[in-house]
Amino acid sequence: MPDKKPISSVNDFVVRFANVNGSGSASANEMFARAILRHGVPVSPRNIFPSNIQGLPTWYEVRVTEDGHLGARGGVDLMVAMNPQTWDKDVAGIEPGGYLFYDSTKPMPSTKFRDDITVIGVPLTAITNSTYTDPRQRQLFKNIIYLGSLSALLDMDPKLIEQLIGEQYKGKEKLLSSNVHALHLGRDWALQNLKCPIGLRVKKSDKVGDRIFIEGNSAAALGAVYGGATVCAWYPITPSSSVAEAFTAHCKKYRHDPETGKAKYAIVQGEDELASIGIVIGASWNGARAFTATSGPGISLMTEFIGLSYFAEIPAVIMNIQRAGPSTGMPTRTQQCDIIACAYASHGDTKHVLLFPEDPAEAFEFAAAAFDLAERLQTTIFLMLDLDIGMNHRLCRPLKWDDARQYDRGKVMTEEMLEEGRDFGRYLDVDGDGIPYRTYPGTHPTKGSYFTRGTSRDRYARYSEEGPVYADNMQRLVRKFETAQDLVPRPLQANAERPTKYGVIYFGSTSPAMDEAIGLLEARGHQLDRLRIRAFPFHSSVASFLAEHDFVYVVEQNRDSQLRQLIVNENGIDPVRLVPIVHYDGTPITARFIAKAIGDHQDHLKVTPLRKAVS
Amino acid sequence: MTYIAKPKFHHPGLKKNELGYTHRDYEGKISTLCAGCGHDSITASIIEACYELSIEPHRVAKISGIGCSSKTPDYFLGNSHGFNSVHGRMPSVLTGANLANRDLIYLGVSGDGDSASIGFGQFAHSIRRGVNMTYIVENNGVYGLTKGQFSATADRGSKSKKGVTNTDNAIDLVAIALQLGATFVARSFSGDKAQLVPLIAAAIRHKGASFIDVISPCIAFNNHAGSTKSFDYVREHNDAVNRLDVLVGRDPIAVDYAPGTVQMVEQHDGSKIALRKIDADYDPHDRLGAQTFLARHAAKGQIVTGLLYVDPDAEDLHEHLNTVETPLNTLEADDLCPGSAVLDKINASLR
Repeated sequence: MPDKKPISSVNDFVVRFANVNGSGSASANEMFARAILRHGVPVSPRNIFPSNIQGLPTWYEVRVTEDGHLGARGGVDLMVAMNPQTWDKDVAGIEPGGYLFYDSTKPMPSTKFRDDITVIGVPLTAITNSTYTDPRQRQLFKNIIYLGSLSALLDMDPKLIEQLIGEQYKGKEKLLSSNVHALHLGRDWALQNLKCPIGLRVKKSDKVGDRIFIEGNSAAALGAVYGGATVCAWYPITPSSSVAEAFTAHCKKYRHDPETGKAKYAIVQGEDELASIGIVIGASWNGARAFTATSGPGISLMTEFIGLSYFAEIPAVIMNIQRAGPSTGMPTRTQQCDIIACAYASHGDTKHVLLFPEDPAEAFEFAAAAFDLAERLQTTIFLMLDLDIGMNHRLCRPLKWDDARQYDRGKVMTEEMLEEGRDFGRYLDVDGDGIPYRTYPGTHPTKGSYFTRGTSRDRYARYSEEGPVYADNMQRLVRKFETAQDLVPRPLQANAERPTKYGVIYFGSTSPAMDEAIGLLEARGHQLDRLRIRAFPFHSSVASFLAEHDFVYVVEQNRDSQLRQLIVNENGIDPVRLVPIVHYDGTPITARFIAKAIGDHQDHLKVTPLRKAVS
Repeated sequence: MTYIAKPKFHHPGLKKNELGYTHRDYEGKISTLCAGCGHDSITASIIEACYELSIEPHRVAKISGIGCSSKTPDYFLGNSHGFNSVHGRMPSVLTGANLANRDLIYLGVSGDGDSASIGFGQFAHSIRRGVNMTYIVENNGVYGLTKGQFSATADRGSKSKKGVTNTDNAIDLVAIALQLGATFVARSFSGDKAQLVPLIAAAIRHKGASFIDVISPCIAFNNHAGSTKSFDYVREHNDAVNRLDVLVGRDPIAVDYAPGTVQMVEQHDGSKIALRKIDADYDPHDRLGAQTFLARHAAKGQIVTGLLYVDPDAEDLHEHLNTVETPLNTLEADDLCPGSAVLDKINASLR
């Protein structure tokens, strides 16, 4: 018996798989997560992988969470240690009372274990080698065999896993039966040789409901399909590549003319990020809905064109799947670190619209909305995801679409309008909202043409470097940005049960951890009102929220508290009233981290004057 | 870039083309380039070519980068949409525009600094993708707007106005375009309107990536002794490979070819190119031959002008991507959105 009593928990624990990149474990690990979902129990899985094709360590973590906490929890209850290289780190990461599952074909010295955990050995290599001769089969089926053993140890229903295997290998009978066989090899060995189940168990429940399980990048790509994107230009970069790949897959399925078989879309893999955004801008200038997907380094390369989009007022949609920077940073680790870079991208005075979805459902909605916004505002719209949302499966509400919805193509002056004699000045503020009319090339033989340029020009698009003309244009761009405040998704506020003078602001992928942290903070006696920001420019309710609270925590996943900087900059607020809570080691922020950071600060406040406490 | 508009009146007796347009309908604003700039001659040739082809001016999109050459779209086709983008990035903007609406005519105007230096990559990739466009480089071998630095097409050993000798090798954009698979490749001289106008016209009619390198002396910074892009130097070293007229299924615009020395080239759209062969052995359908011919004459210090290569059966990017005939920018939700019923099925597959 271990020194510490083994953890006992039903439908609430964390399993982490430690594997070698390229070993084919991803499929088995994901099947494990899906199998638990089929039990009606929510899961929150996360890939933790290196910037490498093969050989380096990779982890897959599954949080089993009956309460539906979809943020990372921190800590590991059951470690499936399949990578000798990371053994020591993996064993050290297990919670006291936790479990270690390993391949016991070769005995490990007792010094390699801990006294406060339960060790479960299954001779996976021996079982595999006695069954399979082909080296690749041995590798792949070893993963299914450990899945089988885990199903017994965690008291899972094997039929649900068989069902999943059946769906995955539909029409491939040979693969189907051999996978099911491997599953039962591992399961039977565990049932015959180990005490099953252990303290961690999966029990059937009904907490998943109609929610779907999808990656943010895939959902965003689907949003682009539904939002009417017809041109996609991109350049491969982690963690955004799967957006373009998913868009391609969705388009192949849903966007071909049934009669001719021809494509109602054009996808170009650019030679670099500069060309990709150039293609997007050229297509948008010519009236198509176009987008690119990239990450921080790509944004750096695109900034010249982003400035052109802002100043020449050309629609563009950029999906930025953020990763840890600066420079190459940690390419496969998550952060929310491009807020400032995107908000003010390019030289001169620029401001750009940012959208912050919290999960795949919002990624879908905001992606579709981004094309309406881009055309309505005639500017670049950034969809700000990050690796944690983009490349991980997340439970979320089903995607919804209103069939009556038509695309908002913005202010486009047609041939008929020009014929009516409407005054067309490309940069005329006809409606007082800062948004001018545009025409598509080829509209009219003699009216409506204009010259697009990044150089200063007057309201009729005529080149001018006159100071007042330039200033007039720049002021109109400010008006347009103010108009955007009421067009972008508004912040969502949730108040504490009791009135409080403290608030917390957060956004994007921090959301599920924040939701859980609120409960932990309440348990510590701290009440906080919450405001989830969903877009920049900030709606006036952000300023109201700040005014209503003595001070506000700003929770984000970067070093310099970039959202806080933006709030201070745009609202002219005393920075001392905004307390940064930052997490930036590349792993997703956890509820535990947030609750501790805010809780400790709140405790400190009880005995320290406000200004001293927050400075 | 100019803010000086041309007066709109014109002589009532001006000749009209098939559409009833006069030359004036193809003009733009008054050029602010230096008087005598080769680029203005190219502008005049573009105007002439579009007039002769009876193109509706507003059906042309003219796109450029940054630099003297990139200013020129403001000086022709005033009823067309123009786009003066960013330095060296014309090809990507043009590619995107072309993807959005395949029905327009795309004129990409660039310079040697624009295309051979900062935009070398974009030049190369737009050519290899087969974007249906006429890509004209107004090549003077010098940075005029920044007053006289060598560009990447300046010949090794040539001298700047300040007397500096260029020690870098030159990039030959024609040779590169041939290597990259351009399906229409030509070189001309801004001062040879008789050759340039039909080349531009043929390039516009060509379906696929058309590339024309036009030597265009910079009279301010690259028209001195020691320059290999000066008027005098080019006149002395010009070796025209052929003469070209374009017939568009109607009476020829200019008849200037001798019987027995003409080769007819039928283009994809049915229009015909008549080649006046200077060299009886020259075959403009032979890509490898063109590359060799170009290299051989370059070694002799000769500038080969004329139509070097054409593939009359060229495909363009839209064909490669198998896109619908309807311009993508006209598709709406009813054409593009799979609808809620499909989304319900997608949701069901994600559980």
